Amino acid sequence: MEEKTIAGVNITLNEEGYLTDPEQWNEDVAKEIAQEEEIELSNKHFEVLNYLREQFLAGESLSIRKVGNSGIVNIKELYQLFPGGPLKKSSRIAGIPKPASCV
Amino acid sequence: MVTKEENPLKKVCIICAKGSIEDVYATLVMANGAVMEGIEAKVFFTFFGLDAITKKQMKKLKTATVGNPAMRMPGGLPFPTLLGVIPGVEAGVSWMMKKGMDKLDIPPVGEFLEMITAGGGEIYACKMAAEMFKLKKEDLWDEVIDIITVGDFYAMCGGENTQIIFT
Repeated sequence: MEEKTIAGVNITLNEEGYLTDPEQWNEDVAKEIAQEEEIELSNKHFEVLNYLREQFLAGESLSIRKVGNSGIVNIKELYQLFPGGPLKKSSRIAGIPKPASCV
Repeated sequence: MVTKEENPLKKVCIICAKGSIEDVYATLVMANGAVMEGIEAKVFFTFFGLDAITKKQMKKLKTATVGNPAMRMPGGLPFPTLLGVIPGVEAGVSWMMKKGMDKLDIPPVGEFLEMITAGGGEIYACKMAAEMFKLKKEDLWDEVIDIITVGDFYAMCGGENTQIIFT
């Protein structure tokens, strides 16, 4: 656990750098975490992030396939938006826990 | 539990030599799991594993109901081998396997392969096995990169932090 101030907000991160409380998230926090991942967030990124948050807060489990079927991006685009770990990185930037899915 | 690896895996080369549902999915899950983690993945399908990337067969994979000691009835009772030989039983069991996987959001073979290639994973077919089964490039799934020899495949499996996995 680590306390940190990101974009002027006090945030608690777990040892892997994921927010422990999704309510501490806002778009500026997302932008700053994305910078750590060397990603500059576009509107498309935010569409994906908002979708992930909605699904997570509704209690749905997330998978790459589900995001690919969301109508927002296909799987190839998801990889392009969040290179080197699409579901993990997008979840971290979206302020939700690391997905526990193997697919 | 998470441990931080100081010298992380960079590439996996996965060989799939068997064509039953569970063998093929073991390969697909490992390959997709790799690209999801940003690990390069190259998959080599050989012998009966070729069914997974053969247009005519890839939708029709089966689970063996004979000679499969881990097989159980839905309630958990042992599955008698003799039952497995009855026509339709293998199809029924295979259907149940596929239904169970669908519930877990595990896609059909074709879609799974697409997920892997969308993430940059590469799919190859074994030249010797393709010749043996008289398969040409056009008989194979469209995104199979090429039919190659074992030597060609090994030539791609070099580099630091690369592992070869045989499923």
